[in-house]
Amino acid sequence: MLKTITKTLVGAVFAGGLLVPHAFAETTLNALFMAQAAYSEADVRAMTDAFTKANPDVKVNLEFVPYEGLHDKTVLAQGSGGGYDVVLFDVIWPAEYATNKVLVDVSSKITDDMKKGVLPGAWTTVQYDGKYYGMPWILDTKYLFYNKEILEKAGIKTPPKTWEELGAQAKIIQDKGLLKTPIAWSWSQAEAAICDYTTLVSAYGGDFLKDGKPDFQNGGGLSALKYMVDSYKSGLTNPNSKEFLEEDVRKVFENGDAAFALNWTYMYNMANDPKDSKVVGKVGVVPAPGVTGISDVSAVNGSMGLGVTAVSKHPDEAWKYIAFMTSQATQNQYAKLSLPIWASSYDDPAVTKGQEELIAAAKLGLAAMYPRPTTPKYQELSTALQQAIQESLLGQSSPEDALNTAAKNSGL
Amino acid sequence: MSGTWMTTRAWLLMLPLLVVMVAVIGWPLVDTVNLSFTDAKLVGTGGNYVGFDNYTNMLSSSNFSRTLVTTTLFAVISVAAEMVIGVLAALLLNQQFHGRAVLRALMILPWALPTVVNATLWRLIYNPEYGALNAALTQLNLIDAYRSWLGEPGTALAALIVADCWKNFPLVALIALAALQAVPRDITAASLVDGAGPFNRFRFVILPYLAGPLMVALVLRTIEAFKVFDIIWVMTRGGPANSTRTLSILVYQEAFSFQRAGSGASLALIVTLLVTVLAVAYAALVRKTAGSAA
Repeated sequence: MLKTITKTLVGAVFAGGLLVPHAFAETTLNALFMAQAAYSEADVRAMTDAFTKANPDVKVNLEFVPYEGLHDKTVLAQGSGGGYDVVLFDVIWPAEYATNKVLVDVSSKITDDMKKGVLPGAWTTVQYDGKYYGMPWILDTKYLFYNKEILEKAGIKTPPKTWEELGAQAKIIQDKGLLKTPIAWSWSQAEAAICDYTTLVSAYGGDFLKDGKPDFQNGGGLSALKYMVDSYKSGLTNPNSKEFLEEDVRKVFENGDAAFALNWTYMYNMANDPKDSKVVGKVGVVPAPGVTGISDVSAVNGSMGLGVTAVSKHPDEAWKYIAFMTSQATQNQYAKLSLPIWASSYDDPAVTKGQEELIAAAKLGLAAMYPRPTTPKYQELSTALQQAIQESLLGQSSPEDALNTAAKNSGL
Repeated sequence: MSGTWMTTRAWLLMLPLLVVMVAVIGWPLVDTVNLSFTDAKLVGTGGNYVGFDNYTNMLSSSNFSRTLVTTTLFAVISVAAEMVIGVLAALLLNQQFHGRAVLRALMILPWALPTVVNATLWRLIYNPEYGALNAALTQLNLIDAYRSWLGEPGTALAALIVADCWKNFPLVALIALAALQAVPRDITAASLVDGAGPFNRFRFVILPYLAGPLMVALVLRTIEAFKVFDIIWVMTRGGPANSTRTLSILVYQEAFSFQRAGSGASLALIVTLLVTVLAVAYAALVRKTAGSAA
């Protein structure tokens, strides 16, 4: 009896041994994603499962970090010699990643079908110096969300078309005692604040840089910060906005504590989910407003792309994975939290059904997306601007002085 | 002859450890010193030698001096509070009372939790919209409107210090409690007979037994508080308007966010030097206290 067991075990070990070369033929990719906004973690896992089912010889290890850790984790992993094969990157990083050779140039891998099918604006997400450093995957901008019920109670017929109008409507809501502070923003000392600021810079027709030098301290850039400070000081803006990130804004809006909120696409379906939200069915969405005589709508380019890193030992498999993740079929299937990069998807009822209002806002917003500057020194510039925004909100310095200091500290 | 063999054998036995020490401590330190004299980036090219430029630029920047003040404030206040609360907790837990064992076990919890969990928890407590602190204070009529604790420069650092104390006082309490158990009962009994009040009993009978171990706790906590990073990074990321930015956060931004490895290395070495000076000063103090206690 014991002998039989031993034989079986030995046999099993041999059989296992024979399987080993097979197992070695398998490729394992390490991929880094983020854990909030746009596609959910469950969505990314489901997409990846579909990919590995179609490509059984490729395994994908997924890792999720908060957006705030994505850049540093990517760079650190690479700096320490290890690293990922596929990384998610924000629209503000290609310049730096290309300069420091974090991502590989994949221009030759992008087919004509891809070039034709993807919305032209989406390509700016992955381009630097005329080369492509990945595929756009998340196409996103900040929209103005509003609470239909509160606007109705205040007797407001249509959501604001300009930023001045937004302030005026918020004032009516406040005066009628419907909400103490009707507007919520994400103005924490983080990139989120720069996205709100950029939206306003685009509305006021400002520039971040002119001939490679800071220009946000003049014209539209200054008007944008002044608007933020005025809105804060007038008490129309929730004062806690200065420690909010996007998720805090979402919670306030979903709790019915904001009439207006600036946030990404993903909030639309989440705020309409009865599990999370008290404002189901009352969620209105329009493009962020414009400024009379300057712009009709405003928008920040908050898109993100997937790229192959320079240290990847399996660049071909990595690209195959990216092509699958960004394919029209995959994107159409998961269009609830993040809209597709493919132009023709917006006419596909499978994508638009149940979110017609969002698609209508997206058509205007995505076309107006304004980029944050492409410079290898982006992180420094952003850090300096975050400080300027917070100091002006706290009244420690005037918008003029704060932006002049930021221009000096921007590293440009 | 056997003596030399013994010595050789001792060295041979220590060799693996020495190799590991050099590999994990010695080499990175040498590498960091080397890096601090270059303008190297985190990824990409190795960088050129720039002499003491990184050091002079860093030490003369207003960022550095402001951050040094913030860090010192944070370290001094939080460590002082942790020492006082820790000793008081230890004195309490040294008494005989019902449920003492449960309380002792519970007290360890904040210290045993990972800092990130702790920090996230405190962020929720301080939440300006739905936080427990605001709810409690309004119900007690101590404040009339919800406040943004982490969003105001005036309260953000204090809020962080409270969170840090909550996490770290158990360590001090644990060390003090262990020391208290070593106080001979006949001595405390004798002091009672001699008519010493509670304060005098603590000051002249118990404190000498506590002094040595508390010094160790003080050194450990000061070094850690001076290097504080994670609790602040999770709760405020150095905001609002950089009012809670500490030296470690500055190192992180310089080396990793801005990818200036050379300049980051120089700042890291400045911090290391400051902490070493503190540690040496404390070590001297410990020796003195131990000497006077003996």
